[in-house]
Amino acid sequence: MEHLFEYVLRIGDDSLILGQRLAEWCGHGPILEEDIAMTNISLDLIGQATTLLDYAAKIEGKGKNADQLAFLRFDKDYRNLLLVEQPNGDFGMTMMRQFFFDAFRKPFFEALQHSKDEQLSAIAEKSLKETRYHLKHSSEWVIRLGDGTEESHQRIQESLDALYRYTDELFYSDEVQKAMESAGIAPKMDDVRSEWNKTVDYVLNEATLKIPDNQWKFEGGRRGMHSEHLGYILADMQYMQRAYPGLEW
Amino acid sequence: MVNESVIWNYLTEVADPEIPVLTILDLGIVRKVSIEGDHVQVTITPTYSGCPAMKLIEDEIIAKLREYKIDNVDVDLVLSPAWSTDWISEEGRDKLREYGIAPPEDEVDKSVLFSEPTVVPCPKCQSRNTRMISLFGSTACKAQYQCNECLEPFDYFKCLK
Ligand SMILES: [Zn+2]
Repeated sequence: MEHLFEYVLRIGDDSLILGQRLAEWCGHGPILEEDIAMTNISLDLIGQATTLLDYAAKIEGKGKNADQLAFLRFDKDYRNLLLVEQPNGDFGMTMMRQFFFDAFRKPFFEALQHSKDEQLSAIAEKSLKETRYHLKHSSEWVIRLGDGTEESHQRIQESLDALYRYTDELFYSDEVQKAMESAGIAPKMDDVRSEWNKTVDYVLNEATLKIPDNQWKFEGGRRGMHSEHLGYILADMQYMQRAYPGLEW
Repeated sequence: MVNESVIWNYLTEVADPEIPVLTILDLGIVRKVSIEGDHVQVTITPTYSGCPAMKLIEDEIIAKLREYKIDNVDVDLVLSPAWSTDWISEEGRDKLREYGIAPPEDEVDKSVLFSEPTVVPCPKCQSRNTRMISLFGSTACKAQYQCNECLEPFDYFKCLK
């Protein structure tokens, strides 16, 4: 049960933190359509997070709800990937981060549909349909910017170089992951990785972008070891619940 | 005597908060009605994970049934089987078109990453000469299109399967 709680928290926190990051674009998108697109995707992710954290709270059995998990934990208790907490940067940086994540989430949810855990399987079935739209959107932008002007190409290549080091963590495996895999609850990470590689190779090739070689790979999020960025996200996100405990609207 | 078909009938009076020309039955989000003693259980499913209207729909179902003096009502949410635009009724599709929103078209296999954007006829002039402006629109379930003939910008209720 402890492993399952931890596992559900990881998936839920990825959705929550990336949803929060995308919400920062609200009112700041480069064009109206993209402002709307990013906040729509944010909403999907926060919807997923609500269901996942609600489930996590039930597994934990301490009488908490999804909001309490989302808003009242300390940074070291968050289990999200380092990738999703990275700052938005420019629009290209946000799309690159989104692309790496979406390319992971699609095969992940496809496989999670077959999870022996019924609730996770239902969440995966629901979320997969949305994720396909997200991946289509982020892939198209990566290609458009990569295979665009000299400046857009150079800038999104820099985003790729800055973010690629966080992608190995997508496939993080430890005791929790292994226990969930052998229980038939979690997808096999090797399979998800090979699907991710296929999508990434295809899209980056179309985008005329190159994967940097010999980069140091970062991990830590799954263990609660976060970059300095998470604290700022939480300060923003948790303010209302910290200032007015139990506030509802 | 309250039976299930009476409840289904009452539910035809609950409109979707975001597209008020559609009832929640037109949308296909009511999955089940069951009655045990005087307790009524209504099961609904969200269109999108983050659909902000779900809570409101739940409240409206309870309020509507209360109008008919049915007070012991619970609404629960199921995720599986996941909602599909195939569940929008024929009547619902006509209402959407009349309202100026293009109903979902059958789309090619979604597992393909890049497919040509779907041809969506203009709800005003029926021309098939339209273009997609953005995959995302005013609510989670819509995309933005424009008609190249009459120039009308319109919402497309995008296919979700
Ligand atoms: Zn037209």
